[in-house]
Amino acid sequence: MTDHCLVEAVNLALARAMSEDEDVILLGEDIARNGGVFRATDGLLDSFGEDRVIDTPLAETAIAGVCIGLAAEKLRPVAEIQFSGFLYPCIDQLANHASRFRTRTRGRLTCPMVIRTPSGGGIHAPEHHSESMEAMLINIPGIRVVFPSSPQRAYGLLLSAIRDPDPVVFFEPTRLYRSPKERVEDNGQGLALDCCFILKSGADVTVISWGAMLKEAMAAALSVEAEGIHAEVIDVATLKPIDFGTILNSVRKTGRAIIVQEAPLTGGFGAEIAARIAEHAILSLLAPVRRLAAYDIVMPLPRLERHNIPDEQRITAAIRNIMSYT
Amino acid sequence: MTYVNTATICLYTIGANIRAKATEQAVTMRSHPDNADLPTCFIRSDGQLAARLPTFANENAALVKLYGAMLLTRTFDEKAVALQRTGRLGTFASSLGQEAVSIGTASAMRTEDILLPSFREQGAMLWRGVSPKELFLYWGGDERGSDFAGPRGDFPICIPVASHAPHAAGAALAIKLRQESRVAVAIMGDGATSKGDFYEALNIAGVWRLPVVFVIANNQWAISVPVSRQTAARTLAHKAAAAGIASARVDGNDVIAVRAEVGEAIDRALGGEGATLIEALTYRLSDHTTVDDARRYRSDAAVSEQWPKEPIARLRHYLTNTSGWSKADEEALIADCRERVERAANDYLSTPPLEPDAIFEHSFAALPKDLLDQRGGIAMAKTIGPHHD
Repeated sequence: MTDHCLVEAVNLALARAMSEDEDVILLGEDIARNGGVFRATDGLLDSFGEDRVIDTPLAETAIAGVCIGLAAEKLRPVAEIQFSGFLYPCIDQLANHASRFRTRTRGRLTCPMVIRTPSGGGIHAPEHHSESMEAMLINIPGIRVVFPSSPQRAYGLLLSAIRDPDPVVFFEPTRLYRSPKERVEDNGQGLALDCCFILKSGADVTVISWGAMLKEAMAAALSVEAEGIHAEVIDVATLKPIDFGTILNSVRKTGRAIIVQEAPLTGGFGAEIAARIAEHAILSLLAPVRRLAAYDIVMPLPRLERHNIPDEQRITAAIRNIMSYT
Repeated sequence: MTYVNTATICLYTIGANIRAKATEQAVTMRSHPDNADLPTCFIRSDGQLAARLPTFANENAALVKLYGAMLLTRTFDEKAVALQRTGRLGTFASSLGQEAVSIGTASAMRTEDILLPSFREQGAMLWRGVSPKELFLYWGGDERGSDFAGPRGDFPICIPVASHAPHAAGAALAIKLRQESRVAVAIMGDGATSKGDFYEALNIAGVWRLPVVFVIANNQWAISVPVSRQTAARTLAHKAAAAGIASARVDGNDVIAVRAEVGEAIDRALGGEGATLIEALTYRLSDHTTVDDARRYRSDAAVSEQWPKEPIARLRHYLTNTSGWSKADEEALIADCRERVERAANDYLSTPPLEPDAIFEHSFAALPKDLLDQRGGIAMAKTIGPHHD
């Protein structure tokens, strides 16, 4: 076993999936000779050849649409959209077609396809390269939305996403691409989709998050341990369909819930979780549910972006605040 | 047919059906797609021959089959509109006047090819083996209509205009990667050629030399906007030039011409020569759909002018003139079409809807827990909303 960063784990999972199933093919901009702008597909052209690692013209609608055509013809395309800010043209294809093929043909045609895209800020990228848009995808029925938060989970969840018989949008936390590293065993073992992961157990407060925010949430949870506050940290991992049971059990135990998201506040996925907690656990609550999110503003350019994204400090403060309710 | 960026140019003209193979020298002179302006035509509006027929059309039975398919399509459309008008079918898009584009295209395809229809191509779908009952089911609001028993690999009807063009490129890429002898054929309207996904699909089909045919049913109207306000391009076939793919213009009311051009494009695709854009010139004699009133944007006189060019009468004139197609033949065929459509309509009308739980079926290969919980809430939803415990 070797230590790998998240983008290397993505690369390992892609190579593994392509080795075990020759129907898996990769498409995207600059993914072949260049290995992807983040190097997620580095070396795969040499390993698998140009029929399976395909540079596309610069056309995101076509990338998504071509995937649908390939998938309907029983191949398993895995597309890379270079940055989530360029995913918007794909939404037409995802919402109007990929998500509906199975149901509108009653299973005659299906769309086993994955669209991978880096997501979120914190890398001092230009405009349109730092957005978090998972909520838009989550409101589309018929697709899975998966968002790993570590190299191990990126490896396991991506393998499962590629093997899944239905369309998956796979957000990769850009900020975690290169750091931290952790041991990733390239054993072909997928991680279960539609499941939350409890990263840290605790009895006092439940911190629920996904993607890059988990690193901040874990740091905050560890920092308040010394104060005798035991936070339970949950990685939602598959945002849609949600494993709400795990969240519900935790909140019923702790009576306190903080949801942390990098995306803007209003209409975000945190609102869905908060609503479900209100519906099903309100009588267990000791304090109001808290949401930490980016503000409802356009993502600032890099010099000020850190003021918009929740961080360890804000989460720590929220944990202390929610513990003040008894 | 104009071959862009290739050494050979083929030129069709009305009247003589001359197929000139240009020399290298001529390429520079003729590489402008102007040469594609004149549409291929074999049978004129009056039923007279415009050019020597292609081989497949020499057999009378083949022509009768095309004629019967167009008549079945028109009969289906009439019944569908009647059902909609009496509240027994949803909104429906009739293909009145455009039957030759649909039938000509489908008749050029082989079983193993893939059809990607837009919402006015019931003719092509019927030809390929989708049953009229399944089409009624679809337009009657039942997903089972797209789970057709016939061409299992064909795509379902595409409603968002041009959004299936990239699917055709994708299906063609799958064919190419697996080195199969098949072709993807997508049909869409003139309005589709204004959309970005159309251009993206053409471009990708060109650069990857994909075995795909894009057929534009240019019926002159995108709901209320005429082609003249859709594009400044002189013809829609010109749009192939930017993608570096071949193009052709065809009289879309001549089923033989449509079949010939689509057939040639399929042959080219099978021969590894890549994609073709075919502009089939026709006219939408009906409203856009049953909820449209075309008199708001075009005069009855303008539509009346188009009726003499419609495809079914044209082929009937030809058959009458050349093979003694009789009134009795015609009446027998009409009766047969009516009987098939009536039976299908009755089958559709007597098919009960699925149980309410069926709305969850096929959302995913296996229903995730969250959806199982939501499905369990159907019974309770009326009183307390979705329940998750």
